[in-house]
Amino acid sequence: MLGEGIIQGLAETARNFFGSFVEKDRLTTVQFPEERRELAEATRQYPFLLYDGADPEAGLRCVACQICEKECPPRCIYIEKSKDKKPDFIGKPQFYPAVFDIDVSVCMSCQICVEVCPFDAIRMDNEFELSTTDRFGGLLWPIATLAKPNEYYQSIHPTEAAETDERRAKELAEAQAKAAAKAATSVAQTPGAGE
Amino acid sequence: MNVETIDKIDDLELAKPAPAPAPSGIPSRSGIMDISMGPHHPSTHGVFRMDVQLEGERVVRLKPVLGYLHRNHEKIAENCNYLGSIPYTDRLDYLCSMTNNWAYALAVEKLAGTQVPDRAEYIRVIVGELTRLQNHAGVVGFLTQDMGAMGTPLMYAFREREKVLDLFEALSGARMMCNYMRFGGVRVDCSDEWLRATRQVISAFPRFLDEFEQLITGNEILMARTQGVGVLSRELAINAGATGVMLRATGVNYDIRKVDSYGVYGRFNFRVPLGEHGDVYDRYMLRVLEMRESLKILEQAIDGIPRGPIMDPKTKLRGLRPKPGEAYARIESPKGELGFYLISDGTPNPYRYRVRPPSFIHLTVLEDMCLGRNIADVVVTLGSIDIVMGEVDR
Amino acid sequence: MTASSAVQVPDQIFVILKHWLVMHSPALLRPAVSVLVTVIPIIIIFPALFAVTTVLERKELARIQNRYGPNRVGPFGILQPIADAVKSLTKEDIVPRAADRVVHFAAPLVLVGASFLAYSVLPMGRNMAAVDLDAGLLFFFAIGAIPELAVFMAGWSSRNKYSMLGAMRAIAQMISYEVPLILSSIAVVMAAGTLSLVSIVEKQARYSWILPHWYVLTPWGFAGFLLFMVAAAAEVNRSPFDLPEGESEIIGGYFTEYSGFKFALFFLAEYLEMFAVSGLGITLFLGGWSAPFSFLTWVPSWIWFFAKLVALICGFIWVRGTVPRLRMDQLMNLAWKLMLPMSLVVILAAGLWRFLPGGPFPGSPFPRSMIRWVVCAFLVAVPYVLLARLLAGGKGIARRVYRYAE
Repeated sequence: MLGEGIIQGLAETARNFFGSFVEKDRLTTVQFPEERRELAEATRQYPFLLYDGADPEAGLRCVACQICEKECPPRCIYIEKSKDKKPDFIGKPQFYPAVFDIDVSVCMSCQICVEVCPFDAIRMDNEFELSTTDRFGGLLWPIATLAKPNEYYQSIHPTEAAETDERRAKELAEAQAKAAAKAATSVAQTPGAGE
Repeated sequence: MNVETIDKIDDLELAKPAPAPAPSGIPSRSGIMDISMGPHHPSTHGVFRMDVQLEGERVVRLKPVLGYLHRNHEKIAENCNYLGSIPYTDRLDYLCSMTNNWAYALAVEKLAGTQVPDRAEYIRVIVGELTRLQNHAGVVGFLTQDMGAMGTPLMYAFREREKVLDLFEALSGARMMCNYMRFGGVRVDCSDEWLRATRQVISAFPRFLDEFEQLITGNEILMARTQGVGVLSRELAINAGATGVMLRATGVNYDIRKVDSYGVYGRFNFRVPLGEHGDVYDRYMLRVLEMRESLKILEQAIDGIPRGPIMDPKTKLRGLRPKPGEAYARIESPKGELGFYLISDGTPNPYRYRVRPPSFIHLTVLEDMCLGRNIADVVVTLGSIDIVMGEVDR
Repeated sequence: MTASSAVQVPDQIFVILKHWLVMHSPALLRPAVSVLVTVIPIIIIFPALFAVTTVLERKELARIQNRYGPNRVGPFGILQPIADAVKSLTKEDIVPRAADRVVHFAAPLVLVGASFLAYSVLPMGRNMAAVDLDAGLLFFFAIGAIPELAVFMAGWSSRNKYSMLGAMRAIAQMISYEVPLILSSIAVVMAAGTLSLVSIVEKQARYSWILPHWYVLTPWGFAGFLLFMVAAAAEVNRSPFDLPEGESEIIGGYFTEYSGFKFALFFLAEYLEMFAVSGLGITLFLGGWSAPFSFLTWVPSWIWFFAKLVALICGFIWVRGTVPRLRMDQLMNLAWKLMLPMSLVVILAAGLWRFLPGGPFPGSPFPRSMIRWVVCAFLVAVPYVLLARLLAGGKGIARRVYRYAE
């Protein structure tokens, strides 16, 4: 109780004071926005929709199955199915969303929509500088804002994108092999063809 | 509808407000000062109000007023399915989202009878102990901040806490609202690189703890301000249902990790520190010692983690309908015993979902700890209980 | 120019300037010009030092906490005080309706005025005390009682029970710590034999070998200096003694009801008082404007004074960043039960130092001169240890060892 604890504390503080000029891991401030920290690959912010190729409408993976709408805990997704169908990456005709709205002010970035989507159509973005002056309309994102190309997904989450792309390529190959086998058998069954 | 025109505002009966009642609800006597340490407060760890009656500097009566952060968590859970409640459990004790998820996952696994593979159990232990580290670091930092140390120990503590939060971000995608546990395992596997990074963080942690102890633990002013303050007796702690550090500071040997041995805690070698006097200093020192024990557990877990699946292959992600029944599961969260009580009626939504929040139960003995002490001690005592209003109010 | 006058000119530059200005003004105005030329630099320099100190404090606290301080306004944040000044000037000045307007308005003015008055007796360089009073120390302590009154005026006029409580606590604290403050300076008065601050510094400005005769380099002076600085921190409500303005019911204490520029005046007064009492500590114990080694006397004296002042300020900031706050009753116990007996012991030790064999510091024959060192050091250290142990033991405050469960 003689004050030696306080002296030790003062020594500790002095060490930190001088250390902050010299040691890199003492002064850990990243001066945003001039410096930016590198985000981890798994960082998630808000969802976005994926499309393959160059045309956001033709290549949109979403088939409006509405599973994400049902599973979303705060119910921030609103989907309206289309009346007609368009072919997906395998070639099978599927519905597509006529309206797909996400209310980003409600979304809590839980990623459940991503987990339950069977078609790899919705993924998590990592952009966080999203302020807008329009409180209601600016935070209700339609398909036009949400749809981003697969190349963008590969740039922000390379490992996941590689895995997804590999799986989809395998599915496509299997589907093509099955279609080729079916075409071969039907050709074989048609009399007179190919002989 | 008869609409009266109001010519003068004085004609309205509402013009003169009723005399405001004493905030604590009991009438004042002379010599007694009523203070409301209101919800807008630098030191109450969230929106929390205390109606204090002071006689000079001594506290004569203290009534905690809660509910400013009530968000209908339990009712929302009745309308969500079991999977959808997991992100909401993140937000209960928002500093320790992983352990909240774990307690809830345990409860549902009990209901549904799911098994958890070994690798997932080890990962759960690793992130659980990391959560304990960062929670205790934050708490001891906040305690010194409440005592007026101008934020220096707080900054040191937060420097370490940021490293743990970066680990969580690399693993689950978010720093605090991790949404990581699933029924039957965990959501995402951890890579070897992540384990290496964790090992690095853990190896740097003892240096921070040593520096922290040198700065604060021997400090005479801190000792004078925390020893003998906010004393909780053993009988009162047991009767009130205090758990965690509050209970162990009074000398009762009760750590759910040892008692229940949930998960794979039975395989690890760690000690449980106990206090003696039940005052603020004991609770503070116990948290520092527990941080050291967590580091030991973490090293053993990272060394021993097996390869294997991370999810029970039989569980479905969507459409979980447990058989009708009830289950209560509890874990040793950094704040105390966190329990989830679920009643299932066979539908995808639970019939009743109840959280046992440790902070709320500790607040019920706040008055007993503060009576007869100075007003300055109230702030210190409150800081030592380690409350998070998200948990208290749900 | 001879060598000594080459050293003299920068040292006496301000004295020469003042002399020149007075000589070149009309004879009728000479007294007025003389007064103005003395007073105006003080009014300019010390608030400027206050502005620099606010930035210095924030940067130093920040570096202690391993972060940058303010670094957006100007290079390294140097222009931050300008931003703070603009902010405090443009804020709305709210006066509570129930407050006593005259006293409410006058309190910060009295506080700042009294803080400025204290600088008039401090010797800031050779021949550079504004007023060379024979009882300069007495004048300083007399003026130092006025801030206590001003604090009470602030708390009372606000008609707010929190302000009142904060003001009561502040007064109790300031009055209690006046006692060790004055008693530890009595020891210096005994050793120097005079109350005049200028003569006290001159007595310390002598050198034996290369070391100066500063009182801090004696055992009783060291203890006295520590006591003085702790009491000084409590006088100016500086951490760890800032309970009246820190967390007393979380509100601001006696300046709760002040906003805008009056709030800034309270801070100005607090820092000015801190400089003044540090200046007194430098004068009494650290040798005022004298150089620490005899081969450094070529550096101008006023540079030494301000260098020591900045060092003490950095010390205050360092302690602020490290140590938690004391509670009110612990504060009072410290003043009355530890510091008062210790200051009496210091006075005793100072007296013994003067009469024990040893001659001028450090003295002629080696073994004899050590006698008074050893005796005085023991006389100061032993009561401190005993008293500290007694006070801590009475409350049961000690380090603890924790056991683990089986």
